[in-house]
Amino acid sequence: MKKLITAAVTGVLAASFVMSACAAETIKIGGIGPITGAAAIYGNNVKNGMEIAVEDVNATNPDLQFELQFEDDEHDPEKSVNAYNTLKDWGMQLLGGTVTTSPCLAVGAEALNDNMLLLTPSASSQDVIDLGDNVFQVCFTDPNQGSASADYISEQKLGEKIGVIYNSADAYSSGIYSTFIAEAEAVGLEVVAEEAFTDDNSTDLTTQVQSCQNAGADLIFLPIYYTPASQVLIAADKMGYEPKFFGCDGLDGLLTVEGFDTSLAEGVMLLTPFVADADDEKTKDFVAKYAEKTGGDVPNQFAADGYDVVQVLYAACEEAGVTSDMDASEVCEAVKAVLTGGEFSYDGLTGEGMTWDASGAVSKAPRGMIIENGEYVGLD
Amino acid sequence: MQFLGYLISGISLGSVYALIALGYTMVYGIAKMLNFAHGDVIMVGGYMVYFTFCSRGWNPLLAVLFAMAVCTLLGITIERVAYRPLRSAPSLAVLITAIGVSFLLQNSAMLLWKSDPKSFTSIISMDPITIAGGQLSIPAETIVTILVSVIIMIILIWFVNKTRIGHAMKAVSEDRGAAQLMGINVNGIISLTFAIGSGLAAIAGALLLSSYPTLIPTTGAMPGIKAFVAAVFGGIGSIPGAFLGGVLLGVIENLSKAYISTQLSDAIVFLVLIIVLLVKPTGLLGKKTAVKV
Repeated sequence: MKKLITAAVTGVLAASFVMSACAAETIKIGGIGPITGAAAIYGNNVKNGMEIAVEDVNATNPDLQFELQFEDDEHDPEKSVNAYNTLKDWGMQLLGGTVTTSPCLAVGAEALNDNMLLLTPSASSQDVIDLGDNVFQVCFTDPNQGSASADYISEQKLGEKIGVIYNSADAYSSGIYSTFIAEAEAVGLEVVAEEAFTDDNSTDLTTQVQSCQNAGADLIFLPIYYTPASQVLIAADKMGYEPKFFGCDGLDGLLTVEGFDTSLAEGVMLLTPFVADADDEKTKDFVAKYAEKTGGDVPNQFAADGYDVVQVLYAACEEAGVTSDMDASEVCEAVKAVLTGGEFSYDGLTGEGMTWDASGAVSKAPRGMIIENGEYVGLD
Repeated sequence: MQFLGYLISGISLGSVYALIALGYTMVYGIAKMLNFAHGDVIMVGGYMVYFTFCSRGWNPLLAVLFAMAVCTLLGITIERVAYRPLRSAPSLAVLITAIGVSFLLQNSAMLLWKSDPKSFTSIISMDPITIAGGQLSIPAETIVTILVSVIIMIILIWFVNKTRIGHAMKAVSEDRGAAQLMGINVNGIISLTFAIGSGLAAIAGALLLSSYPTLIPTTGAMPGIKAFVAAVFGGIGSIPGAFLGGVLLGVIENLSKAYISTQLSDAIVFLVLIIVLLVKPTGLLGKKTAVKV
């Protein structure tokens, strides 16, 4: 009996071996991000973007297939590490995540130990790419967002007196804040109020808005996520205070907060690399596929980031000749060599001619957007 | 003028704390237990108002009454299911159960209503009042919250001191055994206390979210803790104490945000609490009770 089982098992194993040898190479891609919780919009957009990209790339080349599994982390570092371990058990070879910064720092440390390649769509802190040489970003690094915002405000003469409201307990927010302040000083912007809040006292942001008003700020810079940003807009409206608002990619999602009066967001400006109403073929095609998949939703830049993550990984895997029997560490070395080789360049939804150096930061140009009639419109 | 602005938004925040603290202090004063699930009943009240008023466009007053009815039922159920079987258990057991109920409510809300934030439309649709030639504008929510808190406090004081049921409540609070011997239905009185406390929580939820509009399943948690601090600050068990404690806490929090540090405001609030408790352990208006050993 025992022999029979052994024989059967060997037979099955042999058969599956033969099958996998003649089938295409299938690479397992993991994704991690908040599908639920306060930052759920980011995670859902990235997930949808990645899924669309996987369908697209699998259609282009039958010999190299991607298989995607996406895990929820609720924007919580601890849960994110759990999600990472789940994916590792599943056999993940490349990680396209995580979506938000604080969890990415926790997962990045684990990925460094395992020498797992990590390409994050949107965790934009400098600390993320400082973790190690296996970590890369598709989005801008925060220092670039902060200094690019200061440059943009000063070049376009958007405001005379600047107030800043930021979350000092969040790596994303305080990262942008500190480079913004440094660059603002360099280009001669007058910052009249710097107001912080933390996750625990974010219920009430009226005092921070009041302080900006009292300081006479005519533009408030909001390097924060969209949930507290919606509170700032409501508080300013209640006070009858009407400054300009300027933010970074965290504000993307503002228009989809349930119950939020979107007329309050009119005129809010943000720097972000993707505009859904751009009329190039690539964007139009993606927006159409996204709407089809989600039943009419418009993708934000996170969806585009997610899409680009899969496309970049695919292009790099193709070039590096990655096969399904390589372990995560071998895949990491191969893909890293391609990305930082100096030859690799990718034209994605979130920027033309994206290139990477050994630091892991991407090089591409930012775009300004403004909210008009409940839509994001390119500023230039 | 700036100071006045900060002071007013402090009083606004404080009167929300006061409203929540009234519920805490009622239950503590009479049932002698800390109902840590109180903050989460507020959250449930908030969701009820959100679904009826913000989503379906009910009359705001009707929506709040509906939320009060739901929360009252919820409060009575929680008391009946989770706390009554533990009436003679050590107070630590009841405390842990209360924390358990709090988590149960938060996680049920997360399952039922998802955890993505909802933006709450204010139930008060009046324009802000501007004084001193437009230099100072007071949101209508602030005025309504302060008025509602004061009115509820006065009604509660009247109810406890002047009505028969109120007297029964005081009796239960002073000596449960003796009250029972006098023919008072102790379980009924405690149920009623939970009903009142939870009904107030619904009003508090509606007003909290009208001023600070982000609604998530953990919305009630932090204000709940702050209100508990306010109740202790004012002297737990004392109705005017809860009100005073709440308002002072809000003002201290806001002024320290405005003039000292936005990040350290919570630390300063709790520091003040520690100092008050060191100097006056029963809280500002707390009664000193001698316990016979």
